[in-house]
Amino acid sequence: MEAKTIAGMQVNVNEEGYLEDMNQWNENIATEIADEIGIELTDKHFEVLHYLRNQNKEGVALTIRRVGKSGIVDIKGLYTLFPKGPLKFSSKIAGIPKPTSCI
Amino acid sequence: MKKLLILGAGTAGTMMANHLRPKLRSNEWDVTIVDQYKTHYYQPGFLFLPFDTYTESQVKKVGKKLIHKKVNYIQKKIEKIIPNENKVQLEDETINYDVLIIATGSKIAPQETQGLLGPLWKKDIFDFYTYEGALALRDKLRDWKGGKLVVHITEMPIKCPVAPLEFAFLADSYFRKKGMRDKVDITYVTPLSGAFTKPTCSTALAYLLEEKDIHLEPDFSIMEVDNNQKAIVDYEEREIPFDLLVTVPTNMGDELIERSGLGDDLNFIPTDHNTLQSKAHENIFVIGDATDVPASKAGSVAHFQAETLTDNILLYIDGYKLKKEFDGHANCFIETGNNKALLIDFNYNTEPVHGTFPFAKIGPLRLLKESVFNHWGKLAFRWIYWNMLLKGIAIPFVSRNMSFKGKVFDIKSK
Repeated sequence: MEAKTIAGMQVNVNEEGYLEDMNQWNENIATEIADEIGIELTDKHFEVLHYLRNQNKEGVALTIRRVGKSGIVDIKGLYTLFPKGPLKFSSKIAGIPKPTSCI
Repeated sequence: MKKLLILGAGTAGTMMANHLRPKLRSNEWDVTIVDQYKTHYYQPGFLFLPFDTYTESQVKKVGKKLIHKKVNYIQKKIEKIIPNENKVQLEDETINYDVLIIATGSKIAPQETQGLLGPLWKKDIFDFYTYEGALALRDKLRDWKGGKLVVHITEMPIKCPVAPLEFAFLADSYFRKKGMRDKVDITYVTPLSGAFTKPTCSTALAYLLEEKDIHLEPDFSIMEVDNNQKAIVDYEEREIPFDLLVTVPTNMGDELIERSGLGDDLNFIPTDHNTLQSKAHENIFVIGDATDVPASKAGSVAHFQAETLTDNILLYIDGYKLKKEFDGHANCFIETGNNKALLIDFNYNTEPVHGTFPFAKIGPLRLLKESVFNHWGKLAFRWIYWNMLLKGIAIPFVSRNMSFKGKVFDIKSK
């Protein structure tokens, strides 16, 4: 764990830059992380991000399938919002852990 | 007589029957287990069938013979669970229960991916998560002339998440041994961010892909299989061509769970992570692959869960509070080819660590390091499975919760 300043806030991130505590997140932090990745956030992005955060709070694992069925965006749409890696980028911007396997 | 009913006689259900029968008074409790199939498979062995390492007879036994004699074994199809009436409908009878354990597992659902069950299925496209699939793939590999081999994961969660990677490693060894490695391109395709997704593992193991010349395609969420072009296509229209596709299709819980209205969108049952009680009904408990807990879907996890769940069922029927004990502990051998293997030990919160297992400093097994000794461990495990694990005999020195002795946690900085 290391401390990092994002959008003027001191936050704890892991070695890949994912927030360690989702409660340290705010929309300015999201915007700055997205900027580093090269994504400009729109209202639709935020709708997805808030959905992911709520799901994470309820202990539901992030999968492409679930987002596709969320009613917010279909899977193709998710790829358009977060190209080249929708799971890893959307989770990073949403301040929640990256979906992983066991190794 | 009170009734304890177990649905599913796979790894988890068999262990629960064998753990609980001797612990429940036979004049008070009737224990019944239901499974529609006659055969119990040693599923970790499916990884070895395609490479002719194991034979058919090494991975199957008659299920009933593995279960305590005083347990009623009913071999029938289960139609529906009716939780509000404490009843389960079988194909031609209905049985009541006081306590229900659901251990109906998970299985592949190739129909979930467009084009997967097309003309190439079982011709150039195979799974190895079923007995039939693994054998069909074995026959294909025996006289395959080479080309593009694509090893692919459709979506998470899957049973034994490392099996596809092990398959790629073993394929490398297999083709080298056959003297045809130069005729085979191996590509590993995953919806996740890499073959190794946890920092400790990427640091320690990234060399494996390079050493074995396995090409990686991360962040690939399959949209369809193009049977004409022989390619898999993702939602960004990225195409990966194959001559032979070995895929792990979507994994889902049994249709029974959907029919009974007990599951999530993948038919996995919402279950308390630490007690293994179902979230919806206090007299229903869930174990193994059937749960939605964020642990690996693996026999070793079911094994550790079974010890906690046995205690919790006994506490429940005596009216005591359940133990919030299960920690997501998993302990798995990972074949890396060339008769070597890794061993990993982790839980809900802790990444696989370095160190020794099961004894601090002594080992003899080393965590997160390739060794011949770990490979022997994996092969020996088949015997342990049939003769100890299923019978509910504790494996000496291996505890249900993850132990932190003799383990190194600070290797990330290295």
